[in-house]
Amino acid sequence: MTLDAKIPSGPIEKKWDTHRFNIKLVNAANKRKYTVIVVGTGLAGASAAASLGELGYNVISLCYHESPRRAHSIAAQGGINAPKNYTNDGDSIYRLFYDTLKGGDYRAREANVYRLAQVSGNIIDQCVAQGVPFGREYGGLLDNRSFGGAQVSRTFYARGQTGQQLLLGAYSALSRQIDAGKVKFYPRREMLDLIVSDGQARGIVARDLVGGDLEVYLAHAVVLATGGYANTFYLSTMAKASNATAIWRAYKRGALFANPCFTQIHPTCIPQSGPYQSKLTLMSESLRNDGRIWVPKKKGDDRNPGDIPEAERDYYLERLYPSFGNLVPRDVASRRAKEMCDNGFGVGPTKLAVYLDFADAINRNGKKWIQEKYGNLFDMYHEITAEDPYKTPMRIYPAVHYTMGGLWVDYNLMSTIPGLYVIGEANFSDHGANRLGASALMQGLADGYFILPYTIGDYLATAAFKPMQDADKAVKEARDATQARIARLLAVKGKRTPDDFHKALGQIMWNNVGMGRNKKRLTEAIKQIVALREEFWRDVNVVGGPNDFNSELERAGRIADFLELGELLARDALHRNESCGGHFREEYQTEDGEAKRDDKKFAYVAAWGYAGEGKTPVLHKEPLTFEYVKPSQRSYK
Amino acid sequence: MNFTLKIWRQKSRTDEGKLVTYTVRDISPDASFLEMLDILNETLVRRGEEPVAFDHDCREGICGSCGLMIEGRAHGPHRGSATCELRMRSFEDDDTITVEPWRARPFPIIKDLVVDRTAFDRIMAAGGYVSVKTGQAPDANAIPVPKHCAEKAMDAAVCIGCGACVATCPNGSAMLFVAAKVSQLALLPQGHAERKERVGRMLAQMDAEGFGACSNTYACEAECPKQISVEHIARLNREFIRAKVS
Repeated sequence: MTLDAKIPSGPIEKKWDTHRFNIKLVNAANKRKYTVIVVGTGLAGASAAASLGELGYNVISLCYHESPRRAHSIAAQGGINAPKNYTNDGDSIYRLFYDTLKGGDYRAREANVYRLAQVSGNIIDQCVAQGVPFGREYGGLLDNRSFGGAQVSRTFYARGQTGQQLLLGAYSALSRQIDAGKVKFYPRREMLDLIVSDGQARGIVARDLVGGDLEVYLAHAVVLATGGYANTFYLSTMAKASNATAIWRAYKRGALFANPCFTQIHPTCIPQSGPYQSKLTLMSESLRNDGRIWVPKKKGDDRNPGDIPEAERDYYLERLYPSFGNLVPRDVASRRAKEMCDNGFGVGPTKLAVYLDFADAINRNGKKWIQEKYGNLFDMYHEITAEDPYKTPMRIYPAVHYTMGGLWVDYNLMSTIPGLYVIGEANFSDHGANRLGASALMQGLADGYFILPYTIGDYLATAAFKPMQDADKAVKEARDATQARIARLLAVKGKRTPDDFHKALGQIMWNNVGMGRNKKRLTEAIKQIVALREEFWRDVNVVGGPNDFNSELERAGRIADFLELGELLARDALHRNESCGGHFREEYQTEDGEAKRDDKKFAYVAAWGYAGEGKTPVLHKEPLTFEYVKPSQRSYK
Repeated sequence: MNFTLKIWRQKSRTDEGKLVTYTVRDISPDASFLEMLDILNETLVRRGEEPVAFDHDCREGICGSCGLMIEGRAHGPHRGSATCELRMRSFEDDDTITVEPWRARPFPIIKDLVVDRTAFDRIMAAGGYVSVKTGQAPDANAIPVPKHCAEKAMDAAVCIGCGACVATCPNGSAMLFVAAKVSQLALLPQGHAERKERVGRMLAQMDAEGFGACSNTYACEAECPKQISVEHIARLNREFIRAKVS
């Protein structure tokens, strides 16, 4: 299969404009003849469903939560980027484009990233108009902060709850369309299969999580906005129920899965405290603007942090990266923290933590200033650890936080299945091998508000559709397959709980496919995952029945998919014999321990195709070419 | 730490339901309340019993999914935090802890501790928005908002829609929830064009869903995990009167 990304020709700053002119439009009066399903109601899903409804399409929106507002975008803390240059510090669309491409270690498409930077300013306009209470200055105009890896202040924020406010904005737009009758919303529904008929995505099978009924939804196009797959690692900063089932089902129906090994480990999370731990909590990266990261210079120094004099502290990021200091990109900060702990400099009861210290900022600007900026984060830390971060430094450690990989999409955000669109974190498109801070919110909303609503029209206007009914072969096949799968899960009646298997998978993933990867451990991990998966289908115990509110059944289905996805993730990591961004192969590093890319051999998107049960997936390559930004080794020194 | 739990079990909306006693042992004081329930559930599942159903997702106090009546208090003994943020160190060893779902007529029980709060979504759909289509917005800095207004609006906008205000109100009123949105949009110039219609429609929907009226007990403010002030209810009342007389 040749992958055609459908990048428009012409100079980069004109591509999106040219494309919007060249694509076909659906006549305003005809839009109501088309139905689009949007799965997921996070930033991407809610903004897409609302915008499509506003345009006049009939929209079916579903999510596994009871309300659109519960989607995990709500938990994003720090902010959202846009090159408004309100701070007059030299920002521009080109600079945001450049930073994002470089931050992604040159593993993203130039045209996509440029478009993202182009539309990001409109997002801020839109959100402000919706009543999102962004932080402001005394003159009443918007405030900006600088954020991980950027040397300009281009990040808009709403205290430490930017994701919440943006999601509530998109949710309000969605609610308005629900009120107007253009969007039909179905809560507590989980997509369990994709219906592909005559090669087109025409619907989904979903389970009503309250009564257990399997429902079929039919449409002219399907949009997946179901988020990332970081919960493959069990412990992550994802919500407990965040899962990969929708994209994995689509993969098994023929959509390609791109760059699964590009996972992001976030440097500033609250360290794990015990084996009962169910998830990890992120402390916004914005804290690195004012906090200083350090460890004791002496190995195993057990003194209280306050008793360790200045001269005996190692502010290692400031030492190693004088120009970026504590603001180096996430992958670099994470790897260095792990290295410090691996070398015996870790702090706290588990020794798997480094300090993030605000003493200097408090001395400089006062406690009130810190409180205004980060109050909710400090409270959250206090609540979880029973330590007061105004008095004693926070302890932080890296945790899995985001997945840059996802379903392969072209410039129109369409997957390899015609009519199946993938937006937000669920696709692979814009972040390359590493995502910069405050870029996830930007991409989710760019896809949903300003890109998909145009590009989907081109497909709807040009494709031929035959009428679809519940009785069609493809519908019946998908529904029967879903039913059989549920029955199979319930029939095992083994001894181990689904959660047990998830934890075991998480261990394999974190230890072998986490921050540092190598050939030996990846090969071993693949074997272990395959064995664990076989054991799962032999020994899992799913209690309860299919026609009931059954959280164990929900969980078991998701874990079964993680057990397959985990293997693909490891395979991709094994095949990519280079280090780039969040993918660090220990065999490929420079003398001073930085990631060593191999542009000759690996400047491509690795898109994997499902080959059938038990068969090795097929690798397709989309070469990446760089006309504007010359790939160089990232240097933050 | 060891605990005796009395947990509300109810198979379905129509089932009667009752408190069932369980014990959990060797719980770390650093475990969260929901992790303690995870441990109980794993034990139940190993015994082949059905686990206790409860809503939860982000587990960092922002999605608003979790919400339990713990010892008769919404989200438990701590002020200003959601159930998922509560740690077991807030209890004494060997405590008996009663755990119930939100109880309010507009929040029917789905199963055990899970309730249906979609009434909140219907209230939001009745005007809890600014009517601006994608693409219509002027430049973000074209609308200056005084900092103190933006901050006050944010104080209201932090609502996570968990329903603790309703569960704790003797009248089962959703006034704080409605007020948080009405107040946020009344404080911002963006919300002014529709302010009259908004307050009327949202309150009418609140009534239609079967929520009670506000009688100023301030219990909602005391139990709100985001500590949203009843001052916003005062602003809602003012908006309501303003809409009637202007």
